[in-house]
Amino acid sequence: MADKSSSNAYWKANIRTIQISLVIWFIVSFGFGILLRPMLAGIKIGGTDLGFWFAQQGSILVFLVLIFTYAWRMNKLDREHGVEE
Amino acid sequence: MDQFTLNLLVVGATFVLYIGIAIWARAGSTSEFYAAGRGVHPVVNGMATGADWMSAASFISMAGLIAFGGYDTSTYLMGWTGGYVLLAMLLAPYLRKFGKFTVPEFIGDRFYSQTARTVAVICLIVASITYVIGQMTGVGVAFSRFLEVDNTTGLFIGAAIVFLYAVLGGMKGITYTQVAQYVVLIIAYTIPAIFISLQLTGNPIPGLGLFSNDVNTGAPILSTLNDTVEALGFASYTGQHDTTLNMFLFTMTLMIGTAGLPHVIVRFFTVPKVADARSSAGWALVFIALLYLTAPAVGAMARLNLVSTFYPNGVNEPAVEMTAIENDQNLAWVRNWAQTGLLSFDDKNGDGRIEYNASDANELTVNRDIITLANPEIANLPGWVIALVAAGGLAAALSTAAGLLMAISSAVSHDLIKSQINPGISEKGELLAARISMAVAIVVATYLGLNPPGFAAQTVALAFGLAASSIFPALMMGIFTKRINNTGAVAGMLTGLATTLIYIFLHKGWFFIPDTNTFTDANPMILSIKSTSFGVIGAVLNFIVAYVVSNATKETPEDIQELVESIRVPKGAGAAVDH
Repeated sequence: MADKSSSNAYWKANIRTIQISLVIWFIVSFGFGILLRPMLAGIKIGGTDLGFWFAQQGSILVFLVLIFTYAWRMNKLDREHGVEE
Repeated sequence: MDQFTLNLLVVGATFVLYIGIAIWARAGSTSEFYAAGRGVHPVVNGMATGADWMSAASFISMAGLIAFGGYDTSTYLMGWTGGYVLLAMLLAPYLRKFGKFTVPEFIGDRFYSQTARTVAVICLIVASITYVIGQMTGVGVAFSRFLEVDNTTGLFIGAAIVFLYAVLGGMKGITYTQVAQYVVLIIAYTIPAIFISLQLTGNPIPGLGLFSNDVNTGAPILSTLNDTVEALGFASYTGQHDTTLNMFLFTMTLMIGTAGLPHVIVRFFTVPKVADARSSAGWALVFIALLYLTAPAVGAMARLNLVSTFYPNGVNEPAVEMTAIENDQNLAWVRNWAQTGLLSFDDKNGDGRIEYNASDANELTVNRDIITLANPEIANLPGWVIALVAAGGLAAALSTAAGLLMAISSAVSHDLIKSQINPGISEKGELLAARISMAVAIVVATYLGLNPPGFAAQTVALAFGLAASSIFPALMMGIFTKRINNTGAVAGMLTGLATTLIYIFLHKGWFFIPDTNTFTDANPMILSIKSTSFGVIGAVLNFIVAYVVSNATKETPEDIQELVESIRVPKGAGAAVDH
């Protein structure tokens, strides 16, 4: 195992990445798709509004981007902190 | 060739393919039986996870629920995809680093307690059996239609095939079979959707067709759909009719349930490296999204086609004539589905027509679970497309049922019998115990599936609530805090499982036995929280109880704190070790 301070810093950076990702995850699904839908009702798209699109498709597309970004960023962090396999 | 023969041929051909692969990759050792020897590439693993994940609920049931529920059912779409973000970030890489075979094994080791392991086994079995009931419902619908028998007979035939199928192979057989099943199911789902999207909107990509203009009215297809259903007295398609509270809780329940379902989590034990566990979750979601981005289009377009079948000249003109339903070749699907008992019509007012609307004078009842399977027939697509959809639905149900039965059987044979009851059991004995527990699980699920607590996707949603309330919090706390100890984890899991299970039984009947419920989902016990949405509340109770109890009891021992440190970094992850 890597030395303690290095792995602490690694873990903190990981937690921070997760926090940012989950904020975006929440905003696109629970936010745009449900809670904020009335506020977005003015933005029309294909016979309905932006909130409907986020609820049925947009959030899924953002989830995909989030996971691959996380995987890419963590691979980088793994190397930076010397904890890769 | 008639439709029945064509169905048999196509479904038969896909079965030969799956069984062939299962025999070719037959499990030899226990390690291969559970985790495919850990040699599975992330893309292959992602595809197999996709097949594992997309069950009868996604394939057969979900688009039907969307067709009738409109915007409110977006919860299924977000809930069953958003959980992968949680899996990729909160669980998969660390559990892969931990490097054992099953979810209860992790819980037992991290909380240094056989009791915790046993409680995890119980949680896993309760959630998985509920999930299998939903699959049985879907299998019953699919078999009853394509063998042209009533729904109950279809269910029994389906159960027998699931049994043969799951008992034959282990995880390795299942991994490669599931890749084949993914290919069959995604083709079967997409082809009719493309045809229908072209017919209605001229756009070959269904997900884009949903937001395009209707070729007949020139208006956006969703506006046309709103006008059509509202003219018949139904609630608007794009409007919100469920409460915001229930939608929020339900979506969250499905998301954290996704990250707590053992048959999905074990998939991430089978990749070679920790980094692969992260990208595997992404690949799984890519393959899942192909279906999930299409599903809302399938739902909306099926609803539109269903209405135009019964109102061929528009909703303001008289409905379809009874004689047409009895004789017209294009309406053969109505007669065929009536045979299964899942669709029924009755000319109550004796006007020689079948009216479909939201009033008491409605003369047509359609089970929502038939929509996806009937969709190509409703749109008058060629016979081979109809047969292909039947094969796809069965692939979805079989692959998931097999994955769940694997999870149940490994929990019983590996976590219960080998580790606690009889540690000296031979490898052969362990495999036998695994197969017997699969058989018992199928019998129980089939029996309960005779009176399912809801449509396939709703039953499956209950399983997610159970996993969300019990397993997800335990795993997450096990990784992200060192403070939670054995007593806290056990108390938390029991609280989450018990509260959620009781809330479900109060609304759906005790052990899903009809008429033993005190409340209904239309008029729930607490605010507007339906039984399917309670899982997240169970999870919160789980977290609170675990935290309070852990703080009142002894601190986690030093070696366990070190274990937590070590699973947080990828370095040093070797192949998994059996004990």
